[in-house]
Amino acid sequence: MKTMKKLFAAALVTTALAPLVLAGQAIAAKTSLVMGMALEPPHLDPTAGAPAAIDEVVYANVFEGLTRIGSKGEVLPALAKSWEISADGKTYTFNLHHGVKFHDGSTFDAEDAKFSLDRARAEGSTNAQKALFAGIDSVTVKDANTLVVQLKTPAGNFLFNMGWGDAIMVAPETAEGNKVNPVGTGPFKFGSWVKGASVNLVKNGDYWGTPIALEKATFRFISDPAASLSAMLAGDVDAFANFPAPETMPQLRADPRFKVVIGSTEGETILSTNNTKPPFNDVRVRRAIAHALDRQAIIDGAMFGLGTPIGTHFAPHHPAYVNLVDQYPMDLEAAKKLLADAGHPNGFKATLKLPPPTYARRGGEIVAAQLRKIGIDLEIIPVEWGVWVPEVFKAKDYDLTIVSHTEPMDIGIYSRDAYYFNYSSDAFNATIAKLNETTGEAERYALMAQAQKIISQDAVNGFMFQFAKAGVWNAKVNGLWENSPVQANDLTGVSWSD
Amino acid sequence: MIMFLIRKILWATATLAVASVLVFATLEIIPGDPAQVMLGINATDEAIAALRQDLGLNKPVLERYFSWIFGMLQGDFGNSYTYSVPVNELVADRITISLPLALLSLLLSTVIAIPLGLYSASRRGSLADTSIMALSQVGIAIPNFWLALLLVYFLAIWLQLVPAGGFPGWDAGFVVALKSLLLPTISLALPQAAILSRITRSALLETLGEDYIRTARAKGLSTGATIWKHGMRNAMIPVLTILGLQFAYLLAGTIIIENVFYLPGLGRLVFQAISLRDLIVVESVVMMLVATIIVINLIVDLAYLWVDPRLRHRSA
Amino acid sequence: MTGFFQTAMRNRSFATGFVITAMVVLMAAVSFLWTPYDVTDLDISAKLKAPGWSHWFGTDHFGRDIFSMIMVGARNSIAVALVAVIIGVGIGVPVGCWASARGGLLDEALMRGNDVIFAFPALLSAVMITAIFGPGAINAIIAIGIFNIPVFARLARGAALSLWPRDFIMAARAAGKNKTRITIEHIVPNMANLLIVQATIAFALGIIQEAGLAYVGLGTQPPLPSWGKMLNEAQTMMSFAPHMAIIPGLAIVITVVGLNLLGDGLRDVLDPRLVRKRD
Repeated sequence: MKTMKKLFAAALVTTALAPLVLAGQAIAAKTSLVMGMALEPPHLDPTAGAPAAIDEVVYANVFEGLTRIGSKGEVLPALAKSWEISADGKTYTFNLHHGVKFHDGSTFDAEDAKFSLDRARAEGSTNAQKALFAGIDSVTVKDANTLVVQLKTPAGNFLFNMGWGDAIMVAPETAEGNKVNPVGTGPFKFGSWVKGASVNLVKNGDYWGTPIALEKATFRFISDPAASLSAMLAGDVDAFANFPAPETMPQLRADPRFKVVIGSTEGETILSTNNTKPPFNDVRVRRAIAHALDRQAIIDGAMFGLGTPIGTHFAPHHPAYVNLVDQYPMDLEAAKKLLADAGHPNGFKATLKLPPPTYARRGGEIVAAQLRKIGIDLEIIPVEWGVWVPEVFKAKDYDLTIVSHTEPMDIGIYSRDAYYFNYSSDAFNATIAKLNETTGEAERYALMAQAQKIISQDAVNGFMFQFAKAGVWNAKVNGLWENSPVQANDLTGVSWSD
Repeated sequence: MIMFLIRKILWATATLAVASVLVFATLEIIPGDPAQVMLGINATDEAIAALRQDLGLNKPVLERYFSWIFGMLQGDFGNSYTYSVPVNELVADRITISLPLALLSLLLSTVIAIPLGLYSASRRGSLADTSIMALSQVGIAIPNFWLALLLVYFLAIWLQLVPAGGFPGWDAGFVVALKSLLLPTISLALPQAAILSRITRSALLETLGEDYIRTARAKGLSTGATIWKHGMRNAMIPVLTILGLQFAYLLAGTIIIENVFYLPGLGRLVFQAISLRDLIVVESVVMMLVATIIVINLIVDLAYLWVDPRLRHRSA
Repeated sequence: MTGFFQTAMRNRSFATGFVITAMVVLMAAVSFLWTPYDVTDLDISAKLKAPGWSHWFGTDHFGRDIFSMIMVGARNSIAVALVAVIIGVGIGVPVGCWASARGGLLDEALMRGNDVIFAFPALLSAVMITAIFGPGAINAIIAIGIFNIPVFARLARGAALSLWPRDFIMAARAAGKNKTRITIEHIVPNMANLLIVQATIAFALGIIQEAGLAYVGLGTQPPLPSWGKMLNEAQTMMSFAPHMAIIPGLAIVITVVGLNLLGDGLRDVLDPRLVRKRD
């Protein structure tokens, strides 16, 4: 027992020292921020990889593009202070800011901008979003601060596209090293990267734009929801833009130290279905599944109430959204009848492959329980992303899976050839083709509504809910984004009060 | 003695060679493509093919195996696919957490367990003995991650005495860093201490029953002196074995605890590397761990010789 | 046999361990026929209820009855740990006996093979195994079972080596029985006590290991509950549903304590030292 006492004594001594140490940190804490993130980026070059975690660290902080996307999804000027669009909509003339410097001290000018765009659309480019640049016919330097981009056809979303992380501006001298030592023009410079733990950014004293309030920003990677909660409660992390444990919201909200903000995201969370694999190739089976899903129970059980039910693949906060939740209301009898009509009166067995996020794992358990009621017996197979991507997404070796499609305005994926849903509808493809050619807003919205109705009618996937983002941060932190129109943690406006 | 050493070292080398084949073969058949994982969902097939070429994944199996082995022999463990930095560097970073954590846990469990075990043995059958043994029975049965959960909840979240996890780095100050290792250390050490205290007790009781001890006591040595002079040394054999095993376990077996406390240690490095299919990291780190375990076993074998000279003759 | 049992029950460790283990086994057995609620049935509206009359141990975040889950989880824990022990005994004991009977290079090779397995950190290897074959109860069994093999192989070899020079074995050899027959008829029965004790310990360890694997998401998959998975799910809800974390943890501790006590008791009662001391 003496040992126990000594142990306690040791613990008490350590505890007694703690306030001293913490007090020392508290004063310095006003200009530094620790941001929690679930996934660690594999590298830090947004032009050479799709993982959202890359943008979540460097977008707007380290790297900037010609334009940027604001907290409401609007297009804002960035390195281009203004632009002119020719009458035919095919020529964009960007006026670049003067006196912009990369973090290595070299000057940013139109040559760098041309280099960046040409590099992204080049033949052997590893840019993950090459499609963003596919419409560019030529890029020319008019003078040091004027860039002219010629498009093949008019594109209404070109300025938005130039705001993506994949379209950021890089310098020819440092572009290749950006994966480990990112050199951009942003208000933060890359500091250090403790692999497996955190990335540190420090203030760029030579920043061309509005100076930022923070001296230091740390992105700490915590993949486990429980560890995230303890980090937040213990004050080890100041903010999570996207808190991974929705069940803890009531607890965090009740705590005056924290601010909890539920924001919208572009994430349609769906029960993706392999449309060519029997029995899912039969629309009656897919409709039966749609009738068997109790969306509210899924939202309550998997997300603890966070999320909006959807009946199609479209964000409810978009003006063109059509509420199709009642297309197939929860109705077990109708579902069983449809199954029987399709030749499966006693149901069937299938697999449900679930990627790691909590929404998928928990949602999958609930979906399996709901489908069991109509005789569909799902075997749950949890997979890591490393397996999900090649097996499900690429090879389409799956029956059902659950995933949140986080790209904005991505209903067009239903018209892609050989996308992993294996869905193909001439009516839908025609609608999307027409949408791409149409510029008038009202007509565009009408076409979007039509597209939403077609995939809902065909019950392509089990449409479940729009993912809601639960941001949690220290109540004294101001200026973090409440919604996430793009996946980024823009810290340029962040400051501490008092 | 020398022959014994040479034989042991030869066998250890052979074991390492077999283990390297096993590790390599295992990772050959693991499903998932590192290039695909690195580039993400929207990567084009040509980009993936180019990356596979860059990483050397298209070379024949044997060539890759031998270049890996020869690299390791020269101290080059290759470059991590995901982080594109040398594996050596990654491991060097992580070991500054895993090694202190393992050593601290070992120290704490030894400091708790050996006195308790000795005390129990010397007071065999007393209330103290019974209570200590009952407590150790529970200690053995507690999964360390459950203990960790309870500790985090009560000490870090509720009382806010220590950080709930994470590691600020040794440059953040010795005390601060040590504090963040406190809960992980306790979670790892207590269940180990429970086992160790029982081993110590029974080993001591066993040697106390031996003839030469009875002789010593008949010669008039006190109980305490007997324990120290004669009992301890012999009881150390099983204790050392367990300590060796525990150290090896602690160095690599802390994956779960490192996850609970999100410590960027070796175990979590491998765990992450497996899910990201960063095969070169998995291969190299697992081999380093296997080598460490083999070396520890060798040291324990030698320690036997030191504590029990009788074994020297037998094994020669 | 009844005589043995009566003697054994006089041993305090054995009696306590036996009662606890019997209760857990009984609970697991009953769960095949009856549980208070269906564990695969979710009732989201009844989620996170504290322990009470309608749900003795409360409900989890899906509204499932935790008492029922503990019952079914017991079945799962026992099955995984037991089969893992059977793998260890089934492969390890023949290997150990064979090595000791043949001696020489074969003995050395088999024992070195054991060393190779021993040199791998167990949990890490389990993670690799499940990465190849995917998570699930069967793969958890394999991962745990593989590490039981060298334990039993070493034990059996050591015990057999000490038995071979004994008089009654010599007599059997003189009578012209071959080594295989002697091993089956004399060696194995004589090491049975030792094996039973070790098996009990391995069983208890298996329960903890299974919980660990399930806790990191590599064990039994839904819809079947497992204690380790229940702990994992409970983590983020500790502050408002502590019962979710405490009950499965206690279930593990109680079961393992029961098995360890049973093992200790058996060691005292069977006294396998006779064999061990001769090493």
